[in-house]
Amino acid sequence: MIPAPHLMGTVEGAGMILQVLGVSKRFGGLQALSKVTIDLPAGQILGLIGPNGAGKTTLFNVINGVYRPEEGRVMFRGRNVTGLRTYHLAHMGMARTHQIVQPLNELTVRENAMVGACFGGERHGLRAAGQIADEVLEFVGLAPRRDQMAGSLNVAQKKRLELARALSSRPQLLLLDEVLAGLNQPEITAMVQTVAEIRRRGVTIIMIEHVMHAVMNVSDRVVVLDYGEQIAEGTPEEVSRHPQVIEAYLGDPRLAERLAGTAG
Amino acid sequence: MNIWRRPSFWMILVGTAALGGYPLITGSASTREVFFTVLMSVALASSLNILLGYTGYVSFGHIVFFGLGGYVGFYLISAQGLSLYPSLLAGGLASAALAFLLGKAILRLRGAYFALATIGVNEAARGFVNNFDPFGGPIGMSLQFQVYNEYGGAVEALWTVYRILILLTLSVLLVSFLVRWSRFGLSLMAIRENEDAAEVMGVVAPNAKTWAYVLSAVFPGMIGVLFFFKNGNVEPGDAFRLHLSIEMIVMVMLGGQGTVLGPLLGAAGYQRLRGLLLVSPVFKNIQLAVAGALLLMIILFVPAGVVGWLRRRVPRLRRVLE
Repeated sequence: MIPAPHLMGTVEGAGMILQVLGVSKRFGGLQALSKVTIDLPAGQILGLIGPNGAGKTTLFNVINGVYRPEEGRVMFRGRNVTGLRTYHLAHMGMARTHQIVQPLNELTVRENAMVGACFGGERHGLRAAGQIADEVLEFVGLAPRRDQMAGSLNVAQKKRLELARALSSRPQLLLLDEVLAGLNQPEITAMVQTVAEIRRRGVTIIMIEHVMHAVMNVSDRVVVLDYGEQIAEGTPEEVSRHPQVIEAYLGDPRLAERLAGTAG
Repeated sequence: MNIWRRPSFWMILVGTAALGGYPLITGSASTREVFFTVLMSVALASSLNILLGYTGYVSFGHIVFFGLGGYVGFYLISAQGLSLYPSLLAGGLASAALAFLLGKAILRLRGAYFALATIGVNEAARGFVNNFDPFGGPIGMSLQFQVYNEYGGAVEALWTVYRILILLTLSVLLVSFLVRWSRFGLSLMAIRENEDAAEVMGVVAPNAKTWAYVLSAVFPGMIGVLFFFKNGNVEPGDAFRLHLSIEMIVMVMLGGQGTVLGPLLGAAGYQRLRGLLLVSPVFKNIQLAVAGALLLMIILFVPAGVVGWLRRRVPRLRRVLE
């Protein structure tokens, strides 16, 4: 992957769109993240896995400015963005979806997507935002529902709406928080294709996922968190053979088996 | 979205102008007084709607902008001898400035905390004016009768005031329309629906909220100047009446918050109802209790207000009722 010119400024982070450097986050007595370090080259898909409560969503919240870490730094596009607000990061080209969907209920599906286009990285006017929203809704398959209130969608549709809103800001980095959860098998297949297509268009992606075969298939690299510790990192194949990873998932031995089986 | 091509835009502005102009044609002073109250309520409710309806922040003390703007303008007219027009502007600007400063301080509060803070602001303003000698302290200020000579005498001045009110009301409705169908309005509605999600999508919520607050404060300030100029005197008890704030909320909720037409219909309907209650021997002393009961009923049964309810029930009306 050839780095974009604006990314080549710093030596240590050359080609990296995102660097998480020794980030720690504590909630009272709970160490949610301890010294997590991630380098993400532009154009890749990074899978972020781990048991429930491992700190995956917390890491997203630190990356996109919801939480400020107690320790460590987050570099985005060569700039230290630690402690910036979520909207600053949105303006710089970072978008995310939420694990628990957060639709703007009393606005239409189209208006939801327009918010991303209007206020995200590209800051379009209403007319242009409307066009982008229409394209993106077509892409995620929500076009027939564009004039419906977002609150009236079902869960799978709301997941797609989260994705549409994030995409309409034309992000460079997309954080996907369990977009597959709660979907049935055909929906998962369709969504995985969508994610692969987004990457093909040049968007870097981090995805948190519990659906192992999906994340293992689509990711270039995988990071495993457990109790806030980064216990493994590597290609899907390396990670699935890692003894600590298998141990972390031992509560469900079949899952560990499947994990090894799919990637091998 | 071009608002000039919306049928509701012309319906609302032309309708309001025609109704407001009616007393000008008949020349009846009593009709004018009835319409003065209605138009004033429409303008106040529509202003509040920018904050309450579009942005989703409940301000219980919005009357503070009416009171403070009124006081500033009145002071300029009575003590400094300024004419009505610059004083109107000054009243609006004073309210806007107060809203800007307050916005920076209390708009970070959400929900009930913000609502409580706004009540505190109103009470603090009343307390301040009560003890502020240039504004006449607890006694307030009065206009010399000859001030009205500049406007062709007291009788003619009342008509002038009424004509200005029509213009102000139309301006508020225009602003309400412009905000509703703008990029800025979209950011406000995103904040109303989910402030955190809106920020994640790039909406700079602190700024958007502050400007919404400022915009919702300007016209109440100007209307305050107009109202007290017409009355000829101003005192703290009249300027910062908390129950007027609550009536403003009732009007917005009754008509339908977050729509342009809602506050207009709500204010007109509420004032009509109040007029009926005031002349009824049974209700005349408890008309405020009726307002309270009405608010409760709306929140329980039609939280979207009349316009919101109609929009939901009759989709075909959506093009016109907005």
